Amino acid sequence: MKFLVVLFLALQCAIGVHAKEATPLADDPVVEQRLITIAEELRCLVCQNESLAGSRADLANDLRREVRTLIRAGKSDAEIREFLVSRYGDFVLYRPPVKPTTWLLWFGPLLLLIGALWLLISVIKHNQRQKDTPVLDADKRAKAQALLKETDSSK
Amino acid sequence: MKKGLIPLGIFVVLLIFLAIGLTRDPHEIPSPLIGKPAPTFTAPVLGKPGETLSNKDMLGQVWLLNTWASWCVACRQEHPLLVEFVKTNPLPIVGLDYKDKEADGLQWLARYGNPYTHTIVDADAKIGIDFGVYGVPESFLIDKAGIIRYKQIGPFTPESLRDKLVPLIKELSS
Repeated sequence: MKFLVVLFLALQCAIGVHAKEATPLADDPVVEQRLITIAEELRCLVCQNESLAGSRADLANDLRREVRTLIRAGKSDAEIREFLVSRYGDFVLYRPPVKPTTWLLWFGPLLLLIGALWLLISVIKHNQRQKDTPVLDADKRAKAQALLKETDSSK
Repeated sequence: MKKGLIPLGIFVVLLIFLAIGLTRDPHEIPSPLIGKPAPTFTAPVLGKPGETLSNKDMLGQVWLLNTWASWCVACRQEHPLLVEFVKTNPLPIVGLDYKDKEADGLQWLARYGNPYTHTIVDADAKIGIDFGVYGVPESFLIDKAGIIRYKQIGPFTPESLRDKLVPLIKELSS
């Protein structure tokens, strides 16, 4: 009985194992090279942290096929990007265009940097001013010395 | 005392932003096609060899394009809702069988019911790509002039049908 179960499971494995064929590269290495350059700047919509060039998602495969077709049809890189943006929005671009809705995205880090620099400079200036001003004025210094002498003489 | 409040203020602002971020689904990418004419297509009709349906055939009526596939799990959850929906709402729904085998698609409709007035085949995802589909099910409500008015990303729920689709259909049909 045990043997039969093991045999059955082993057969199941044998049926299940069939390697998926590698997707064929385009015949033309020039097309493929351009595809990779374009697709690396594009986001895969299914696995959003992957580029269209690197993703193995089904949709990425289909989109690469479309891009290949467009390359063969002699479209420029800008036209190919426009093809995808008009369907999927700016989200597919890893470098979104500069326009009012993306100003914060583009210039926000610069604003933060300027803010941080301003803070740094004001802190440094503040510290400098404290260093320059003597901690004790003449009156207080005299009083302190008098006190020190007192303690010395009492020893 | 006042200086101590500045980090607290920054923290609160950060907290508000993060809280807003949590309520948003990063998988819902707004479609640039809303308010624009639906992409043109001419596609073979499922199960009727030789017949085709074009987007022009649907002009003059408010209709829904619902993408589905027999391999799509979320579609199975959405499907009974649509089957029920068309019983009470006279809305033409065009089913787009996305990246599917025709036999599987037909079997699926036979088993789970057919809410579609037409079902078209998109075996190589070309129509899907034109509509900016990145994961089935997705649905598009298209008005009489052929303009896309609404996109549902992911399956419809009873709430989204009632609160979004029904009022929009009423508005566009009048």
